[in-house]
Amino acid sequence: MSAAPEWKNPVVRWIDHRLPVFTFTHHSVVDYPTPRNLNYWWNFGSLAGVVLVIMIATGLFLAMHYNPSVDQAFDSVERIMRDVNYGWLMRYMHANGASMFFLVVYIHMFRALYYGSYRAPREVLWFIGLFIFLAMMATAFVGYTLPWGQMSFWGATVITNLFSVVPFFGDAIVQWLLGGFAVDNPTLNRFYAFHFLLPFVIFGLVFLHLWALHVHKSNNPLGVDIKTDGDTIPFHPYYTAKDAFGLGVFLIVYFAFAFFEPNLLGHPDNYIPANPLVTPPEIVPEWYFLPFYAILRAVPDNFIDIWGILPILVTAKTAGVILMFASVIVLFLLPWLDRSPVRSARFRPIYKQLYWLFLADCIILGWVGANPPEGTMLVIGRLATLYYFVHLLVFMPLLSRYEKTRPLPDSISAAVTPQGSSQSAQAQGA
Amino acid sequence: MTRTFKRIAVAAALLAALSVSDVSKSRAASKATPPPPQEWSFSGVFGTFDRAQLQRGYLVYREVCAACHSMKQVYFRHLTDIGLSENAIKAIAAESDVAGEPDEDGEPTERPAQLFDRLPSPYANDNEARSANNGALPPDLSLIAKSRVGGADYIHALMTGYLEKAPAGVTMGEGMNYNTYFAANQIAMAPPLVEDGVEYEDGTKASVDQQARDVAAFMTWAAEPEMEERKRMGIKVLLFLIILTAMLYAVKRRVWSDLH
Repeated sequence: MSAAPEWKNPVVRWIDHRLPVFTFTHHSVVDYPTPRNLNYWWNFGSLAGVVLVIMIATGLFLAMHYNPSVDQAFDSVERIMRDVNYGWLMRYMHANGASMFFLVVYIHMFRALYYGSYRAPREVLWFIGLFIFLAMMATAFVGYTLPWGQMSFWGATVITNLFSVVPFFGDAIVQWLLGGFAVDNPTLNRFYAFHFLLPFVIFGLVFLHLWALHVHKSNNPLGVDIKTDGDTIPFHPYYTAKDAFGLGVFLIVYFAFAFFEPNLLGHPDNYIPANPLVTPPEIVPEWYFLPFYAILRAVPDNFIDIWGILPILVTAKTAGVILMFASVIVLFLLPWLDRSPVRSARFRPIYKQLYWLFLADCIILGWVGANPPEGTMLVIGRLATLYYFVHLLVFMPLLSRYEKTRPLPDSISAAVTPQGSSQSAQAQGA
Repeated sequence: MTRTFKRIAVAAALLAALSVSDVSKSRAASKATPPPPQEWSFSGVFGTFDRAQLQRGYLVYREVCAACHSMKQVYFRHLTDIGLSENAIKAIAAESDVAGEPDEDGEPTERPAQLFDRLPSPYANDNEARSANNGALPPDLSLIAKSRVGGADYIHALMTGYLEKAPAGVTMGEGMNYNTYFAANQIAMAPPLVEDGVEYEDGTKASVDQQARDVAAFMTWAAEPEMEERKRMGIKVLLFLIILTAMLYAVKRRVWSDLH
């Protein structure tokens, strides 16, 4: 780690003396000490940042041509697709960008789960990440309403109705959200306003996320703390080069979708203009919400009979909504549910297995969410929902207590550099 | 052991991906046979529209479908894209009248359609459309290829999938027609295409299959008129990115070489 750089350019020096933006940048992205052993799973944070910028940029151009009124919204989107110069490119990049954003963020989150990146002292970093995720979900939901297709309309109807389960104020809250008694022009107007605002909220949260990250620096695949300068390398050129290569690979995947299968991840029904009088055969959210949709619909209708006294308080719908929100809220508790002395799954033989089961469980939930909640599918959905919570609320605390972890390396450099490993071998031999 | 669980996760992911795409396919076509895949000039990464086919398809739309179905997102000016000359389009447009500006007394007027007009709709509104069609609403066809699972394959299958008599045991609703590929097999639309129902200028034999194929191609163009430009640009973008990424990989290796 070097001291504050000497700026040779007089203008730079003049500005930096008054507002040290150059020194700040140098410390944060050039000199910034980063663990030398980060693998490619650590690329996804910077990728998410790039996607956010692409979303804001393409969204801005779309906003210049979009018309948020129930009579014009659908047609204005089609006008963008047909008559606005490169409008199709902006829209397909934006629509597929949303999918890519969630894909990248889900990988980012599962990386944190595997390597214990949410553990002390990074709890606040994890919280801010979860707030970003919640803000993303809100943004994506209101954004999906804007094209005013059938899924837009009915998705908005279903999701806003979830708030009717709030005791006493439920109906009032739904009316307040909708700006009326049903999804209509006031709903579309306010969703558009929120869709423009929320990305900037995310941007602010990302800034906090990075701030918190830079206090204790990145976690790493070994999950051990940075101890010496030998454990780190400067962010530039090492991770700028690595992130740039990762970005290239990501853009190939992203643009393969945007240019060649732009509607694969969308639902055909959303190319039918919204019609309040015709309910689609099935209302399904975008793929990235499917696991939560499965949890929402997992609670049995005869919940009342099973729980006896409880139904007075909650109906099946209410319980489903509570579970769905709980599935995200519970992630906030993760730093305290997991009290293992070791962060990284590499040294946690049992957690390592349960991790993959948990990932499989989330994917199964997504698969169930795409299907009608009936028959075997419903049973699988319920079991998967149960396992989701059992993993987080039961297995994580139990593992922390009873799992026999493998010995940790002395330091990052001891584990990953030839000099380091020979030194530690000598130390052990002596 | 971990390997096994990892495999389970990967297998679950693949299964989910497969079944999600499968589900979305079966969902819209519930109870109906999935449309058999056809060969299209516009399939694949390098596929382009066959201009002659689009013009034949437009003729089928104009002479058959347009009697009941609107195509509101398509303007006459867009038709230069299917290879018609501006004069030819102007002549076609002038055949139909559209509402003009109110005259000096404020009375509504009519004028021949021009390039900047939408393709004319057969009905003034949905109620008139329903009233004329036994209560059924003929959908707008501008985006039909995108809003139906199967796209062009589905349109072709629907046009050719009518049975004269419903199979034994199927009770048909009043005025409904049996179609193998329509959801629940009952469709209000009568079989729209007949042998030689249109006369192609280029001499192509206008069989029902040929007309179905041509009109499906035209609908696909109408739903995604940007397709050719999109694919052309996509190929350039991906080629550029592949070369750039290969170079970035070399850079990364070079930069990291002093660490390994």
